[in-house]
Amino acid sequence: MLHRRHAMFHTFLGGLCLCCLPSVARATSFALKEVAPGIHVRRGVDEEASPGNADAIANAGFIVGSRSVLVFDPGGSLADGAALRALIREQTGLPISHVVMSHVHPDHVFGAGAFAADQPAFVGHARLPASLAARGDYYKERLEEILGPGKAGPVVMPTVTVAETMEIDLGGRLVRLTAHGIAHTDNDLSLLDSATGTLFCGDLLFVGRVPSLDGSVLGWQTELDRLKSLAAARAVPGHGPEQVAWPAGAADLERYLRTLVQETRQAVKDNIGIEAAVETVAAGERGRWTLFDAYNGRNVTQAYKELEWE
Amino acid sequence: MLKSIIALALIGCFAVPAMADEDSERAAHWQELQQAFFGDRTVQPGEGTVSLDAPMRALDASLVPVSIVTAPDSKVTGLYLVIDDNPGPLAAYVTYGPRGDPGLLTLRVRVNQYTLMHAVAETAGGRLIGSERFVKAAGGCSAPVGANEAQSLAEIGRMKLRISGPVEADKPVLAQLMIRHPNFNGMQMNQLTRLYTPMRIVKTVDITLNGEPVLSLDGDISLATDPVIGFRFVPRPDSLPAKLHVVVRDSDNAVFEQSFDVPASGS
Repeated sequence: MLHRRHAMFHTFLGGLCLCCLPSVARATSFALKEVAPGIHVRRGVDEEASPGNADAIANAGFIVGSRSVLVFDPGGSLADGAALRALIREQTGLPISHVVMSHVHPDHVFGAGAFAADQPAFVGHARLPASLAARGDYYKERLEEILGPGKAGPVVMPTVTVAETMEIDLGGRLVRLTAHGIAHTDNDLSLLDSATGTLFCGDLLFVGRVPSLDGSVLGWQTELDRLKSLAAARAVPGHGPEQVAWPAGAADLERYLRTLVQETRQAVKDNIGIEAAVETVAAGERGRWTLFDAYNGRNVTQAYKELEWE
Repeated sequence: MLKSIIALALIGCFAVPAMADEDSERAAHWQELQQAFFGDRTVQPGEGTVSLDAPMRALDASLVPVSIVTAPDSKVTGLYLVIDDNPGPLAAYVTYGPRGDPGLLTLRVRVNQYTLMHAVAETAGGRLIGSERFVKAAGGCSAPVGANEAQSLAEIGRMKLRISGPVEADKPVLAQLMIRHPNFNGMQMNQLTRLYTPMRIVKTVDITLNGEPVLSLDGDISLATDPVIGFRFVPRPDSLPAKLHVVVRDSDNAVFEQSFDVPASGS
């Protein structure tokens, strides 16, 4: 039964990136890494969500200013958020003033509830409230099918939204949030810390773990170009290592998206149906990404239904 | 007639247990559905006459590609696609006119839970011949509305026709009709307002070639967003180039029409 539920769950969420970790203990066993002065990242594991990993499958990080702390992605479940909060408290006693939710996917939002007592500003893209409204409870139910009743955490709505850009002063440290066009989802936010040249990409950047497409493949290419033009020395991906060199670290994702676009367009042109295209498009990328077979076919489906209308 | 069939099916579906995972339960449910759709007429198994293809495990439950192939000279006049455990199991009913060829029909559907799927062909002699597949997919009906549906609503009624292969008189021509339509099935909830996005679905698609019927499709809540119909039509001699005309009606009584030029191959 558990097995079947798992299978069903993955089908439910499709490419929606509810990735995984075997047990909270193991999730938190990832050491916090300070990628730049005052910027810490807790790596997510490259797995699907499971009771063992408490959905700590996405990267979560925080930035410490002289006055307060900003969290960029609060973790994938209430337990994951609480674990992250404990890690923050090992580093600093400063108030947690901002919790940024990079986009609607469960592995990036469900830890938010663990920060409620801090009364931070919960920050999201201007389109995040609508997306959370449409999907939040649905994600919560699906996640609790995996983690157990009450284990997901509440759906936390943003209290501050970003339509274009927003600057936040953490005390001697100014960070800039950018709201992106439809790309990985329709509500992706990125954050740039200019002082250190550190760019938090959310799921606009996947490294190692196969990307999941839930927005627009062409839009994603556009927004990735935009991120590459920023003056950053390093980027923190939504999934993958704590940091990669920037913009060099975008190369694999760029190649994947380019391949997805080119080969899907060719399939449409050659009247290769969607059922056959999912088997062949981007097949050359298999072996270059973890969890490839769990997501590529769905990415092709998404790309196909976008590009067939060109 | 079809309306009453769909109404019956809807009633039937709510009586279905949420997880009919025993083979015998599935078989019994199919018996009930047959009774609802076809009354006392029996559906004979007929892989040789009609075959149904669908992925064993769907990658995206809200877009499951399905194809139905019927044998040449089997005198098929209509095709039913039934997704047994969907709310509203009759996904589509297609009838063919003199310019239509039932040799191949492809559709994209939503699948709500692990289910049997049935293709049933109706012949000129009134026989019903079916074949089935088991499909593993879940959540396709209630999957939340995304960016795609917004785009689809913005361009509602836009159509494209793709023709593949040669276009010659008296030979089946393979075509694919794409229709921008969100096909909101009334099961997608907005958690903020606690309201379901109102149902708005494609009810009928009528395709004619130079005024002669090719096919008519009655759709329901199981067709995927942006319905895509793969079909075959047969041009008359001396009728090329021809005009293929499409009329789409939806449950809000909106009517979308478009004509497409069908050039002869080589012209």
